Amino acid sequence: MYVVYLYTQHPKNAVSVASESDFHGHSQCFLKSTLIGSYGSTLRYKSIDRLKPIGKHSLLGASGEISDFQEILRYLDELILYDNMWDDGNSLGPKEVHNYLTRVMYNRRNKFNPLWNALVLGGVKNGQKYLGMVNMIGINFEDNHVATGLGNHLARPILRDEWHENLTFEEGVKLLEKCMRVLLYRDRSAVNKIQISKITEEGATLFPPFSLKTYWEFSAFKNPTVGAEGSW
Amino acid sequence: MAKSSIDLPPKGGFSFDLCRRNDMLQKKGLKPQSFLKTGTTIVGLIFQDGVILGADTRATEGPIVADKNCEKIHYMAPNIYCCGAGTAADTEAVTDMVSSQLQLHRYHTGRESRVVTALTLLKRHLFNYQGHVSAALVLGGVDVTGPHLHTIYPHGSTDTLPFATMGSGSLAAMSVFESKFKEGLTKDEGIKIVCEAILAGVFNDLGSGSNVDVCVITKGHKEYLRNHMQPNPRTYVNPKGFTFSKKTEVLATTITPLKEKVEVIEAGDAMEE
Repeated sequence: MYVVYLYTQHPKNAVSVASESDFHGHSQCFLKSTLIGSYGSTLRYKSIDRLKPIGKHSLLGASGEISDFQEILRYLDELILYDNMWDDGNSLGPKEVHNYLTRVMYNRRNKFNPLWNALVLGGVKNGQKYLGMVNMIGINFEDNHVATGLGNHLARPILRDEWHENLTFEEGVKLLEKCMRVLLYRDRSAVNKIQISKITEEGATLFPPFSLKTYWEFSAFKNPTVGAEGSW
Repeated sequence: MAKSSIDLPPKGGFSFDLCRRNDMLQKKGLKPQSFLKTGTTIVGLIFQDGVILGADTRATEGPIVADKNCEKIHYMAPNIYCCGAGTAADTEAVTDMVSSQLQLHRYHTGRESRVVTALTLLKRHLFNYQGHVSAALVLGGVDVTGPHLHTIYPHGSTDTLPFATMGSGSLAAMSVFESKFKEGLTKDEGIKIVCEAILAGVFNDLGSGSNVDVCVITKGHKEYLRNHMQPNPRTYVNPKGFTFSKKTEVLATTITPLKEKVEVIEAGDAMEE
């Protein structure tokens, strides 16, 4: 019933976004996402940046409605601005930003007007790394690895098995690439244009987009009906 | 009485007469009965000598686990096995039915059954019922033409694949396969990957759980490893074991054989041809 209500309010399709995955490294966080903004079934905008640094200590990634994400970025802009105006040597860390986002999302959900996003917030402050997620209904939690959308089903099992406390940068990137490759194969709304970003004590770095190598040379794909001519 | 049954010739297909009655009952508040589903993880993969099938062992009835250790890998032919996901009754009935049909076909032709035969029989049956027979199957076997692995969806479409997963845990298992599968696996590597895929389903999907069953089919040989892995043992087991002290007392014992023991003489009358 909730969803039907929303449908009548927003009859146009939302510009939605595919899944992403990320996790703690030792005192660094990685976020990874594809650069797609789709309009229903069309892959309309193929260069949307969905990972944004917030303040000095955090990185925000989002999936879901892009216009709502841009609204959230404006709220966070204001938040960081007011914090900087205090000029007290303190700055908002990832925990604080995550809390703020949770309150915003939950309040909107209570007013039956949610921001249709699943947000991932990672950051490092004073050596403490933090990775959390907020949903459009206000579910929030902190974990060593999170994913949104179909990534929950496809990437989380891999991360649960293969994540461990002392991943180096290279190992971490390889693990995330593995997850993104599976998502590329099996999510219909994924494209082969990935962006990683890293946040450490020194600050956030967004790496340029790249594409993954895929493998299609299985002999069974080349000739699937060998031995059974005429079937499919 | 005047209204004695005039038997109409039986019509084929489904009769939807009771649907109106069911709708009316639902409106009046009758909850439809829940059925036993195998919210499942089933997988199959082709390795260098044949096919390996794997399945978890949990059967659910809504939110409850109805059977902690059911068998989801069904026998079709000595060289063909089939894993089933969806409604448990449907998978059992459909695989039993096609298994008998294959047996009759083997008697008729005198040859080993082929996987595509089983595939076509299943696909025709499921399409006929337009998806109402809710059975999603992973069919694998080795016949004269080589190893084959197919998936069959409840509406009757099929795929021929080198590796396949079905069921509610299929995404978790598929993520393992997509990252670890390669061609020309050995038997041990294959079993390891299949187990990892099923374990991904068992631990990341609520509809799958308990143990891992594996079935390895190669040319002329099959290995059914029931409960190959048991990663979910009972946590607290009484160390002293259970003694059922109050046994029924046996007062007296008399044994009466129900069948007469008849001596069979070898050179008896041969059966008339």
